[in-house]
Amino acid sequence: MSATFIGMPGNFPENAAKAVQNSQLRFNLRKATHTIRDRRASVVGELPDWQELRAAGKAIKDHTLRNLERYLLRMEEAVTRAGGTVHWARDADEANRIVTDLVKATGETEVVKVKSMATQEIGLNEALAEHGIAAYETDLAELIVQLGDDFPSHILVPAIHRNRSEIREIFLDRMPEVSPDLTDDPPALTEAARLHLRERFLRSKVAISGANFMIAETGTLVVLESEGNGRMCLSLPETLISVVGIEKLLPSWRDLEVFLQLLPRSSTGERMNPYTSMWTGAVEGQEFHLVLLDNGRTDVLADEVGRQALRCIRCSACLNVCPVYERAGGHAYGSVYPGPIGAILTPQLRGMGSELDASLPFASSLCGACYDVCPVAIDIPEVLVDLRAKAPHAAAERAGMKVAGWILNDHERLAKAQRAATKLRRLVPKRRLPGPLSAWTDTRDVPEIPEESFRDWWERTGRGERSGGPTEEGLRGASEEW
Amino acid sequence: MRVALFVTCVNDTLFPGTGKAVVSLLRRLGCDVDFPAAQTCCGQMHVNTGYRAEGTRLARHFTEVFAGYDAVVAPSGSCAAMVREQYPKLVEPGSRGAAAIAEVAPKVYELSEFLIDVLKKEDVGAYFPHRVTYHPTCHSLRGLRLGDRPTRLLQNVRGLELVPLPGAEECCGFGGTFAVKNPAVSAAMAADKTRGIQDTGAEVLCAADNSCLMHIGGTLRRQKTGVRTMHLAEILASTEDD
Amino acid sequence: MSAREEILSRIRKAVGGAEDVEIPRGYRTERQVDDLVGLFAERVDDYRAIVHVVPSAEVPAMIDACVKGKRMVIPEGFGRDGGWDDLRTADGVLTNCAVAIAETGTIVLDHGPGQGTRAQTLVPDYHLCVVWADQIVPGVPEAVARLDPSRPLTWISGPSATSDIELNRVEGVHGPRTLEVVIST
Repeated sequence: MSATFIGMPGNFPENAAKAVQNSQLRFNLRKATHTIRDRRASVVGELPDWQELRAAGKAIKDHTLRNLERYLLRMEEAVTRAGGTVHWARDADEANRIVTDLVKATGETEVVKVKSMATQEIGLNEALAEHGIAAYETDLAELIVQLGDDFPSHILVPAIHRNRSEIREIFLDRMPEVSPDLTDDPPALTEAARLHLRERFLRSKVAISGANFMIAETGTLVVLESEGNGRMCLSLPETLISVVGIEKLLPSWRDLEVFLQLLPRSSTGERMNPYTSMWTGAVEGQEFHLVLLDNGRTDVLADEVGRQALRCIRCSACLNVCPVYERAGGHAYGSVYPGPIGAILTPQLRGMGSELDASLPFASSLCGACYDVCPVAIDIPEVLVDLRAKAPHAAAERAGMKVAGWILNDHERLAKAQRAATKLRRLVPKRRLPGPLSAWTDTRDVPEIPEESFRDWWERTGRGERSGGPTEEGLRGASEEW
Repeated sequence: MRVALFVTCVNDTLFPGTGKAVVSLLRRLGCDVDFPAAQTCCGQMHVNTGYRAEGTRLARHFTEVFAGYDAVVAPSGSCAAMVREQYPKLVEPGSRGAAAIAEVAPKVYELSEFLIDVLKKEDVGAYFPHRVTYHPTCHSLRGLRLGDRPTRLLQNVRGLELVPLPGAEECCGFGGTFAVKNPAVSAAMAADKTRGIQDTGAEVLCAADNSCLMHIGGTLRRQKTGVRTMHLAEILASTEDD
Repeated sequence: MSAREEILSRIRKAVGGAEDVEIPRGYRTERQVDDLVGLFAERVDDYRAIVHVVPSAEVPAMIDACVKGKRMVIPEGFGRDGGWDDLRTADGVLTNCAVAIAETGTIVLDHGPGQGTRAQTLVPDYHLCVVWADQIVPGVPEAVARLDPSRPLTWISGPSATSDIELNRVEGVHGPRTLEVVIST
């Protein structure tokens, strides 16, 4: 059983500092993220209309979110008409209860699972285990994470932090049928996973999935995958339960023409992923249940700036270009949603009550690489900055920023502060600053404070004779509402 | 043309040489350069660290100081991006602040934009006989979309050998208060950046932002690499008389 | 209040007053491809599937050559006798498709006549698919327009694959490890 992130202690800077020291992890991550990054760039470059697709994807999602009630009701009606049953879950507990009851009603004690972010978010496997139901992850990376009692560290490739020899160790340890001669060759490891799951697929009666998209117009669910474990789970068992966040809706069938181009190219960097399954209601004699999940999404929807995070289609392109993710790794984010999207989604879904969640909006240098590659144009830096304004700040920092704001709000105060700094310039240690600023001098020299600020030079050399700025009187008079 | 120099608080306080270089360069190109003395800071540090009220006050101060100029030139892609991209998000649409920002923000140019788009100059008559590599800085690259403007200017500097920087588009890890709040990741990013710089064999690392250069340069000096950092303005201001 | 009512009411409150959004559809919905068969064959081949382009008259002989010695599941409506019934012991499955996409090298099954059930096209380790040239459309929008969403659909782009171990692509996990496509011109 894989571990759960909920209630994880610590904060991002400390978690990241530990990860940075792990050179094997940094090597694995660098190699992996740069490989997918380049692949993505190459297949995105093939489409001359990428920016038009991106604009359409963004607008379709925004339109859906603004009309979410109407489209959810349409989805419910269409699924019901096609023989499926729709359930609504306000939060994780409610969703877990619904799924547990549905599984219990079948009399089964084992279920197979397709990789799903939503069920990880709600801790479904752990909830099922409490009721004696074993959930088996079937995606290779999820299997590696689950067998290793580990945390996922990437949205698309949850075991991105593991290398082949670590995976071999996990398989030898946890797959009783596997031969001790198993090599760490990826095809050999893949074959071991194939054999390990084959019989389980053929005998399982209940499967649990998420979905990449739901089409309100037709009631269709869509799952993209690569390995075929998704097809196994979605089509072989007698009962299929899909847990899907309410933001996964698209209004019309036609909208897939946009998203089936945006998602594969952004996530795995392929023109198309190997398998996409689409089904509407109960198919080929199956029993089908759809659990529509809120779990904080309506709170996100209420935030005018933050709601754009709900456009996310979980491609993970933002993780793969993020310089912070590349060095900190996924675990540092303490959430099933790591990387830039996690830094804006987790604090909105869970709130900023814990030290960890409050540190996430600061886990970015605001370099903007994530926004550039996002297929639905989520302005992640904008949301980060907005969340920083809502995050709790330490008292010392608040005081310091207040003083800085006071000095910077008046050029004479600024000039005085600059002159004071100049007088003290010989006293400033180059290699060791005090307090929180010591973080700077741990690896960097401090620049020398000049003998004279620019403004003093300008004044002294009389170069400002053509000055035409507003008078100070004019500035001080401007105090009405802005 | 009445051109105001927005020197930025970081340059004013720590890198006055950059401000002097902009003045000398723009005057050489025939501009009437003014330095409105009431200017202070664009407010980026406050806004990006989550102190929106303080930042908004500084934004207001900025629009008051720089109203009425034909152009405002800043030797910082990051501060210019703050004004143009982020100021409008600080105020309610339709408010007095929004109107003040709409008036001033479009006239704010990063130095290379001003030289190429307004003055239409790619060759500014500079001379700098050194091997130089250029780091494009995130807010210049992805905020202002400066593209190849700075490197076009550098390519026209006599004597200068421009060598490409591997992984140039990657962040150096400064990120304002990020460097202090997440020091381990910031330092790891800087280390990768300085490795790339050393691989080029350049004598000088150039950028259009002294804050990034302070971070990379501080790391280069700590590592005793011997590579110097120089702001774009300082290279463009250099002539054979220097 | 039921969960349904509560969620819907939260949504109403959250987006009340927000402006609606126009959807710009400036992307390509119809594209000109001179050699559809050639592009489709090239793109399928890129996924390391096996591709044959043959005149329609030669298709039966090509199928014979491909399935020789194999226990093949042949779904209803394919128009060929001698199929193997037991999925677990079958060597492969032989199908048609509903539509094929040149730009992405994708075949789409709607599991109608000649295309088998979802299980039939999944459990056997080898999938041989016959695609008629007029089933190939240039891009994804053209394919979406041709498909019937009320049918179960399986989009297939190459053999099953994973990149979960150090991002090394390995063909063949749970789905058919070999995909062979015969394009009939």
